[in-house]
This record gives sequence, structure tokens and C-alpha cells, in this order.
Amino acid sequence: MAKITASVFTSHVPAIGAALDLGKSNEPYWQPVFKGYEFSKQWMKDNKPDVIFLVFNDHATAFSLEMIPTFAIGCAAEFQPADEGWGPRPVPKVIGHPELAAHIAQSVIQDDFDLTIVNKMDVDHGLTVPLSLMCGQLDPVEGAWPCPVIPFAVNVVQYPVPSGQRCFNLGKAIRKAVESFDQDLNVHIWGTGGMSHQLQGARAGLINKTFDNAFLDRLITDPAGQAAVPHIDYVREAGSEGIELVMWLIARGAMADVNGGQPPKVAHRFYHVPASNTAVGHLILENG
Amino acid sequence: MALDKPYQDVPGTTIFDAEQSRKGYHLNQFCMSLMKAANRERFKADERAYLDEWPMTEEQKQGVLTRDLNRCIAAGGNIYFLAKIGATDGKSFQYMAASMTGMTQDEYAAMMLAGGRSADGNRFIGETSGEKKEPQ
Repeated sequence: MAKITASVFTSHVPAIGAALDLGKSNEPYWQPVFKGYEFSKQWMKDNKPDVIFLVFNDHATAFSLEMIPTFAIGCAAEFQPADEGWGPRPVPKVIGHPELAAHIAQSVIQDDFDLTIVNKMDVDHGLTVPLSLMCGQLDPVEGAWPCPVIPFAVNVVQYPVPSGQRCFNLGKAIRKAVESFDQDLNVHIWGTGGMSHQLQGARAGLINKTFDNAFLDRLITDPAGQAAVPHIDYVREAGSEGIELVMWLIARGAMADVNGGQPPKVAHRFYHVPASNTAVGHLILENG
Repeated sequence: MALDKPYQDVPGTTIFDAEQSRKGYHLNQFCMSLMKAANRERFKADERAYLDEWPMTEEQKQGVLTRDLNRCIAAGGNIYFLAKIGATDGKSFQYMAASMTGMTQDEYAAMMLAGGRSADGNRFIGETSGEKKEPQ
């Protein structure tokens, strides 16, 4: 039986990918960011998953305004790193897990979450930056990510985006789906994006350390309470793009304690300001 | 009956909702076209002619031509799409962000290094000195 053993939460700031790709990770500006992920890279080696279910959002890359799926599950055998206007990031292609993805789609749709099935999709920095942070730099041709990845794209670009409550409930449905898959697989679920940031208008540059740290606290100890927080609170307190944080609730909803199990162990916690325009937050939670 | 949009009283912020997306469809799809190198070249060779291939409003076209991102956003643009204009110009995202705030890029970068723009005083339109003004 497949099992979700851990969840990982991290910002996916594009400038972090650019800093890695351009060899700037040792510059004083970037050092503190990457230092926060040293533990995580070793943790990935010590706790290697068989599959990563990676919740992220597309940033006007694979999805234009022609189609705007609220929840899209990648069921393809592989996904190419997208060209976001500067050429694709020099990272390995992403190998999917079509069998588990199709199984999750079958189960979750029957639980009333209307997923869009995606069989062809390039993946942008929202997906590849978390992989780089957790797995380190890999040769785009010779290297490979440590395991297959199921990309799960959430619309957080055009409002209304899904509510925190719906994301949290979806996480529960994903957990149920994974646990009904017959193969013995160690699955990690990642929630990415955030933390506080605003990229538009006269209020661009907004950062709210108090909000971010309270969010991290509550995500750990009271995720059901955090799930009830309305969008407007994120917009007002964490910036218009801070709304990405609702995606973390999908991963959190898939943890054991939400379904009557033990509270997770906090393996790692990190917070830093700034990375370009954004606050960087990171958590690793292990199921007991 | 009008829908409740509680985000309309957040200062310096335009939420890209279904209404804005409808207004900005062609503007944003024009931006999307700049993902292709051949289109970037054609746009740079004659911006006006390239824009005239799109059923955009004159206001949207002027917003693009003057690189006034706030004007583009008011006309239905979304920052993730508009960022493709900046990429075509070879500008960093931080340059674009600064341009919307009235700060120079250096001033904006210094603000971010110092911890970013505080939420205090920036939660509600008309709010001053961090004092909360509840919406009517």
C-alpha cells in the first residue's frame, strides 16, 4: 500500500532558480537562503521518497488565459522544464508517475473534486525551484531527480482561487487516494509558493514577517483553523501574491493527524527575507 | 445583485478577478505571445504595428507603449503576463516591481533588503499611521 510519510513546504521564488543557474548561490545576498536548505538536501537523501506529489502553480507559462483549470493533475510520463522567456532552466526533465496520478484522479474526482487531467504540460519555476532547493543542482542531461514527480497545478493567478478550506479538504482526499494504491510506495507531498509577497501596483514589495511566522505556527499545530482563514486576510496581510499560501494547505491536509493520526514531527523550519521580492518560508513535517 | 469583493479597499492593489480577466484577455494574450522569440523580434521592430494585430483597446496599447504597468493592470493586465514585456526589454522583475511603486530600482531593492514594505499603514485605503479603518 502506498503511504504519505512526509510533507515539505517551500517558497518557489524564480530568482532562486536564476541564482542557482547563474552560479550566484555563494554570493552574500543568496548565502542565507541556500543555507536554510542544507539540512533539507541531506534529509532528502536520508528519507528518499518513491514519488513526490508536488503542489505548485503555473505562472502564465503552460496555461494562458485560454484555459484556467482550478486544479490540474499531471498524468504524463514526463514533463519538460518550461521556457519562461529566458530559455528553459538547465535542470533534468521531470519524470511522472502516470499510474499513481491516474489512480489519484480517479479517486479524488469521485470524492467531488473536479480535477482537470493534463497529459501534456511544461513545468515552470513553481515546480522546478522547489526540486532544486531540496535536491541540489543536477546536470540537465546526465543528472536525474531522485524519483518520479506528480505535478499538481492550482490556479492562484485569477481570482477567485480555491479557498483554504477547499484546499485542505482536497488534501484529505488525496491522502485517501494514495492509501488505496496497491503498490508499496513512500510518497511525499509538497506544498509550494508564498510566503508574503506582492508583485503588483503601488503596494509591491509588501512583506509581513508577523503574518508569515503565525502562518507557519498555525500550519503545524492548527491547520484546520488556518484553513478557515478567508482570502481577504491573505491579500491584506501577506500581499496579493501571498495567496499562493493556500496551496500549502493541500499538502497539510494530507498528513496523518488530520485523519486521526499522531501530530507530525517538525523536522526542519526556516524563514528568511528577502529573496528578490519575496519572503522565503520552509517546513518539513514527518508523519509519526 | 453585485457580488461582494472585499479586496477592493486594499490600497495599491488590483485583484485579477474574473471581471479584470475578461477586460484584459487580449492584452494578456498579447503578452503571452512574447514567449516566442520570433514574436519578440517582430514586436521590437515595430511595437505599434504588432499591437495593432491584437483587438486591444487604445488604453491598453498606450499602457504597453509607455511601459506603464499600473495603467496596464487597471486595463485588465495581470503581472505574470505583463512580466513578459519586461523580459522582452531585458529588464529584471525587480525593475518592473519598482516601476509600479514610484521608486527607483535601487530604492526598491534597498527597501526589500531592509525587510520589505510594512503592512502597517497599507491594509486599507485611506488608512494612516497603521491605524485600522474598518470598511463600511
